[in-house]
Amino acid sequence: MAKRVKAKLGFPGHIESVEIELPPGEPAPWDADSKLAVIGKDATRHDALAKVTGKARYTTDIKRPGMLYARVLRAAHAAAEVQQIDVAKAKKLAGVKGVVVLPVRNARFVGQPLAAIAATSEDVAARALALCKVSYKTRPFVVQLDDAMKAAAPAVHAGGAGASAGAGKSANIRKSKSRRRGDVAKGLRAAKHKVEATFRTQVVLHSSLEPHGIVVDYKDGKADVWCSTQATFAVRDEIAKALEIPVARVRVHAEYVGGGFGSKFHAGTHGLLAAKLSRQTGAPVRLCLDREEEQTATGNRPDSLQRLTLGADARGQLSAMKTVSYGTGGIAGGAGTASPLYNLYDCKSKAAVEHDVYTNAGPAAPFRAPGHPQGAFALEQAIDMLAERAGVDPIAFRINNDKNPVRQAELRRGAERIGWDARRNKKAGGGAKLGAHGELRRGIGVANGLWYNTGRARGEIHVKLHHDGMVEVISGGQDIGTGARTLLAMVVAEELGLSPSAIRTHIGDTSGPYAPGSGGSTTTPTMSPAARKAGYRARLRLEALARKVLGLGDDAALVFADGKVQSKDGGKQISFKKLCARLPEQTMTFSGPRAPNYKAYRETTAGVQLAEVEVDIETGVVRVVKIVAVQDAGRLLNPLTARSQVNGAVLQGMSMALFEERVMDSQQGHVTNANLEQYKIAGAVDVPEIDVQLFDVYNGSNSTGALGLGEPPIVATPGAIANAVYNAIGARVMALPITPARVLAALAAAKKGGAR
Amino acid sequence: MKPFELVNASSLSSALGALGQAKGAVAKAGGVDLLDLMKEGISAPPRLINLRTIAGLDKIAAASGEQGAVLGPLATLAQLAESKALAGVPAYAALAEAAAAAATPQIRNMATLAGNLCQRPRCWYFRDADYHCLRKGGNKCFAHSGDNAFHAIFENDKCAVVHPSAAAVALSALGAKLELQRAGKDGKVATRELAMADFFVAPSKDVQRENVLAAGELISAVKLPAPQAGQRSAYIKQKQKQSFDWPLGEVAVSLTVTAGKIAAASVVLGSVAPIPWRAKKAEAALVGKAADEALIKAAAEAALAGADPLDDNGYKVPLVKALVRRALTQALVSK
Repeated sequence: MAKRVKAKLGFPGHIESVEIELPPGEPAPWDADSKLAVIGKDATRHDALAKVTGKARYTTDIKRPGMLYARVLRAAHAAAEVQQIDVAKAKKLAGVKGVVVLPVRNARFVGQPLAAIAATSEDVAARALALCKVSYKTRPFVVQLDDAMKAAAPAVHAGGAGASAGAGKSANIRKSKSRRRGDVAKGLRAAKHKVEATFRTQVVLHSSLEPHGIVVDYKDGKADVWCSTQATFAVRDEIAKALEIPVARVRVHAEYVGGGFGSKFHAGTHGLLAAKLSRQTGAPVRLCLDREEEQTATGNRPDSLQRLTLGADARGQLSAMKTVSYGTGGIAGGAGTASPLYNLYDCKSKAAVEHDVYTNAGPAAPFRAPGHPQGAFALEQAIDMLAERAGVDPIAFRINNDKNPVRQAELRRGAERIGWDARRNKKAGGGAKLGAHGELRRGIGVANGLWYNTGRARGEIHVKLHHDGMVEVISGGQDIGTGARTLLAMVVAEELGLSPSAIRTHIGDTSGPYAPGSGGSTTTPTMSPAARKAGYRARLRLEALARKVLGLGDDAALVFADGKVQSKDGGKQISFKKLCARLPEQTMTFSGPRAPNYKAYRETTAGVQLAEVEVDIETGVVRVVKIVAVQDAGRLLNPLTARSQVNGAVLQGMSMALFEERVMDSQQGHVTNANLEQYKIAGAVDVPEIDVQLFDVYNGSNSTGALGLGEPPIVATPGAIANAVYNAIGARVMALPITPARVLAALAAAKKGGAR
Repeated sequence: MKPFELVNASSLSSALGALGQAKGAVAKAGGVDLLDLMKEGISAPPRLINLRTIAGLDKIAAASGEQGAVLGPLATLAQLAESKALAGVPAYAALAEAAAAAATPQIRNMATLAGNLCQRPRCWYFRDADYHCLRKGGNKCFAHSGDNAFHAIFENDKCAVVHPSAAAVALSALGAKLELQRAGKDGKVATRELAMADFFVAPSKDVQRENVLAAGELISAVKLPAPQAGQRSAYIKQKQKQSFDWPLGEVAVSLTVTAGKIAAASVVLGSVAPIPWRAKKAEAALVGKAADEALIKAAAEAALAGADPLDDNGYKVPLVKALVRRALTQALVSK
């Protein structure tokens, strides 16, 4: 029976009473009035000790009796017909136990998998690779976005996925998405102030600390698989398909995962090769990629070329917003960057056209808020440029043009935390000369962010009550580092009045209940309500038992707290443990399927960031001094791990803003920096002060009110840093990363022609 | 990596003997760069002679009287950074600063002084075995027509690598000499001594090598000149990120100031050329003058005169200019 309840939703100062229709059997959402014992309080990760002591076993740590080691043979040319793959010599090498050759007709990037060899050691497998002979008929290739967009560019996909573009156009360009509302041309005609600008962002690599890896142990028509993945069930289904066995005969283990960021949703070609090698050899096969393979062939964040046109009326009200974007994710993958422009700011006329461009490079993969940090980097600089033209303060301009009350409040909080009015340079580049040589300039900038993640009606959690009072929470899904393992225990602990540490969570094993992949920041908002549901059902069962045991009436209210169950007046009580001993079965399992979303206070997540930077105007080196990250996280479950997510996203965003860039060589098509030495990632010394301001928003969209937090806090970071750089030096850097070369060039251009 | 034989040497003379005998045998000190080269497939020596098993090669002897400091070839960067014989002596400060600023703490604990001087370039085309570049015996510099943001702005017309050794920049500024040893035909050890400038090889002379070290020859000692009265030195580098990163530019200077005037000056730039780059025009601009802001500025301009950047590395010119000014200022204010 659907039930209607009133919930107090919103955020402090903006709490509304909202009527919500609950799906049958669902508990009312935790709202602003809920008094909670566990939820909303810092809880140490349950796996923290195992991780820092090295006890946690990742895929790369797995060893099976008789295990073979596999390596992948990869294409040496960026574009070539593969005429023959001769593995005869390799097969004869002592220690080689299995060879699988893929039916590849065309190599389209350097590093594309062609075959795999399993041997008694990694070393033998590597030597066997060197004995393979591949005959190629090479063709012209293209690895840079601008080159691939030229009409005469070689077509990356024969026939050209973009062949429909017509004569005189590159066959590599595919219009991927076009969105429009209102009349942009009219909006621009009405504009008093206009900005037209072109922005560029670079290809960024996921660079997970644990590279992709898999161990497949196939025997007797069954497979045990250990895989570094963010989607255990997708891997299960893919391996089952490769081995032609039912999914129920494949069990995927991913107890610990060393980072995913979007690149680990699939078993991957290497995973399917490992499965086939295990079937062929009858032995467990381990195939873990090395860093070069990881940085070449397992995914990337596409680059972008974005042309933005914004218009505002005399009062600084946006009248038109338009973006046309191009980007390449290599041979495949969406490169759209227009969503921030289309979804942020209230403007009647918007147009967003996105194109994917193919190049002979490894395919893209989703990467922490796909398209969004790139899009916001362009949009938020363009907004600042427009605000400057209109003579309006950037924060006031944002508040004027964005009615979302959460973001408005976040902007006010952020401005206060960074000292916006007092400390920001009134004139860009007009700040004090700091440093031993008078070479440093400080600046402050702001950028908005958003995300969309109220969770989905997929997946299920099991709660097991044992007669000795032990409670287990079981999910077949994975914890890719967000703290999901701990959150699920916290939710059940809250429901049953226990301490989270009293609960054991089993995660990362597909013999448990189904969970969707960890993408779109949906794991917490999807799985925590399922956990609550399972805990709630267990509680209902225990309530009925407790009333009987305590001699209370059928409707008597009970309180579950501190490991005890007691009548509301406290007159009668029993310990949780003793109550469990009275259960009719030794072990009882309660299932919590994820219900559809309730009515939400807001369907999107709001966030803003403010950056303070210090720029050396002589060397062009930028240092981020401070980031204030004000982030809506829905109802906060565990502030400790929530802050950790924001810290991580800010660091990754800062690293993207200043350092990271995959470099492709046009001469031979290699990634020149497929390592962690020349692919520059921020390290400890580069870490700024990060002021995480979590914004508790009682969202009501599900029973825990949680929203996901993995992706939202990276969206605003590069844009905020770029705007801060402008405020510091009075010159805009229109491309990422903001390198010394680009800063010096921007300064020189500003000096020559006056700041734009 | 190809399989190889590892021989633990017990003495320098036995190491020299072993190096002289086996064809292709290579000395291994810290092994930091050597193992990289082997893993990258750039180098595949059949036999490694491990020098770390020889006692006493890491000794740092402080300067005394007319005798300058003598540094053992296996002194680690960490030891150099912490040594009072260097960091505590203004004339030698540049070397301690260069060692302290190099790489990461883990690498500094393993990397040796001689190994640091003998590193091969980090050019990403050189380091990729599939690029048959000039330095690997090919007929093309891929950096010229490729991405050269981190390449040379001087002496770059043939091969545009930059020399990767920070210690080399500092030692060049300090006027150090290298003692080299090899097993002679008569079974005796043959010793020669070279100035830093004579040790490193520019591409115009031989594009396939970075130094004159002969097969089987080792750096047996690094000798610093005795500190002069009024001599002080400084080393500065600039990286893009402040955690581990290769420098965009480096400068080491040594100045001897007597009676308010600069009596001797050496200015050496790093990460700008295939060898440590001596800025002779800057030195000439400084000598005989009293240091002031204008002089420092003029010296910095002179240091970069003649720089000929490639497509992507023009930023190095203003960047290194700023570093020269800062290094000179730092040396002049140090006591």
